[in-house]
Amino acid sequence: MIEWVNALVQGILLGGLYALFAAGLSLIFGVMRLVNIAHGDLIVLAAYIGLSTTMILGVHPFIALLIVMPVMATIGYALQRGLLNHALGDDILPPLLVTFGLSVIIQNALLEGYSADPQKLNGGAIETASISLGGLAVGILPLLTFAIAVAVIAVLQWVFYSTGLGRGFRAVSDNQEIAQLMGLNKAHVFGLAMALALGVTAIAGILLGVRTSFDPAIGGGRLIFGFEAVIIGGLGSLWGTLAGGVILGVAQTLGAKIDPGWQLLAGHVAFLVVLALRPNGLFPRVEH
Amino acid sequence: MSVPAVTRATRASRIATVVAALGLVVLMLAPWWAGRADMRLMGEIYLYLSLACLWNLMAGYAGLVSVGQQAYVGFGGYMLFALTVFGGLHPIAAIVAAGGLAAAVSVPVATLIFRLKGAYFAIGTWVVAEVFRLSFAQVSALGGGSGSSLPVGIVRSLSSSRSGREALSYWLALGAAVLVIGTVYLFLRSRRGLALTAIRDSEAAASGLGIDIWRTKLEVYVVTSALTAIIGGLIFLQKLRISPDAAFSVNDWTAFVIFIVVIGGIGTLEGPIIGTLVFFAIRETLADFGTTYLMILGAVAIVVMLKAPKGIWGLIRDRIDLELFPLGYRVHQEGGEGGTLK
Repeated sequence: MIEWVNALVQGILLGGLYALFAAGLSLIFGVMRLVNIAHGDLIVLAAYIGLSTTMILGVHPFIALLIVMPVMATIGYALQRGLLNHALGDDILPPLLVTFGLSVIIQNALLEGYSADPQKLNGGAIETASISLGGLAVGILPLLTFAIAVAVIAVLQWVFYSTGLGRGFRAVSDNQEIAQLMGLNKAHVFGLAMALALGVTAIAGILLGVRTSFDPAIGGGRLIFGFEAVIIGGLGSLWGTLAGGVILGVAQTLGAKIDPGWQLLAGHVAFLVVLALRPNGLFPRVEH
Repeated sequence: MSVPAVTRATRASRIATVVAALGLVVLMLAPWWAGRADMRLMGEIYLYLSLACLWNLMAGYAGLVSVGQQAYVGFGGYMLFALTVFGGLHPIAAIVAAGGLAAAVSVPVATLIFRLKGAYFAIGTWVVAEVFRLSFAQVSALGGGSGSSLPVGIVRSLSSSRSGREALSYWLALGAAVLVIGTVYLFLRSRRGLALTAIRDSEAAASGLGIDIWRTKLEVYVVTSALTAIIGGLIFLQKLRISPDAAFSVNDWTAFVIFIVVIGGIGTLEGPIIGTLVFFAIRETLADFGTTYLMILGAVAIVVMLKAPKGIWGLIRDRIDLELFPLGYRVHQEGGEGGTLK
């Protein structure tokens, strides 16, 4: 019995990481209706930038975030203004195929620069530390990851609904033309949204790298986890995304408890079941 | 006042038909004039051409942008292995059966993922491909995660000599390409094709004219899935070895195919053909560069998508009014220039 409870707790905490994968995806879709196929590869890119930072400066991965976050945000802004803004329009094909091409480019650039060998960020003592909660040993790192996910989503929620920047996001999301007439520069607002999304992606990438080993090919899988969390939670709802991540994480750990080979399959099946029963997700939000 | 004549074929399309027929005869005779390596390469080209035509039918005409067609390539490959090894079927019968099974599987899959729109549909198809990959990796009888090889006895049942097998597998690939291009062409010329074009241009208007959009898209999805599985079976009949990672590879069976269609010209029948030739030309010259070659391919696709979204064939058509596959209708007023209804 306690093993199942353990699997449940681990799944919930794992869900925090998936929610972080999903938050950036959700944000970008909410603001500019863009689905970024390269999102998973950008998470992996953040992990590799973190790897280089820790190796060059000899700092802890969490300290490296001070560099990785602004770097990723800058990449995001440049990518949006230089490339993705040109692909956005009524037709869904160009953004889809451009981000798909981007995904292949990032993946192979990482392969070229870092080889296919799995890498890992060294988090030190925190990786193995745990606290005892009612007979369960809960790892500090998963706990911290979950807490960070909650904090990130709370901050995004606050930015979206309580700041001038968020007002700009919501305005261009509602009606791009009128937002332009009101003096907002759409291209700039989109750039800022992508910068914010890739800032979150930087956190996700570092936490991923400390938790498990990674290689250039795993981006697609991370994209799928993030995407599933978004759809399970319901489009446009940030807290729903956290719930979606948790459901996906729990499905995976419970699946793995039954048979290790079923871990990923159980997560996908949970997603398909939600899609069959509640096509709009569990916590759908009327478009803001 | 003379009555205008309506035609579909043009002089260019009639010439193209004759050239294509002659070319087909030359290609059919390849086992007598081409070397072993060339035949292998040409077989691969036909199979990629088929995958590209099918993806183009879905994305370019039905608006179903999938990044998960590897699901059916892998399914076809695995069905070839399962039906020959455990079902005792002849490989060719197994491949045809794989197409039927894929059609049956694709219906429930479609009812689920058609709930997702646009780009979300795309990622949904990828999830389905992952489910297929993980499921086949669980089947230990088919080699589990590490895969298996086609038993020698089954390979021999195709033909006792190696050159006989190579010629047969070449003809099968060529035949499949002709079958796929022919099916897509006839589909687009039929009433369904007209409905599809209407949906592509405006879903609301098409729906107002009484077209059942969901059903039309479903038909395209099922036909595409069945033919993709048949191509998948042929691909792994050439390879003679299958593993989940190879069978359900998103790079091999979807990324390359998308690049081919985008570069050649999406939403046209000529596009995938040109794209396939360009893709193999790039591959044969740059393949030694490994990862760099893939980065170049990705960059070319991005540039084409942004600067010339109709691809190479679109660039050609902007300059000359050329249609090798007559899909549209042309109205000719006696003594006047013919106009085109696309």
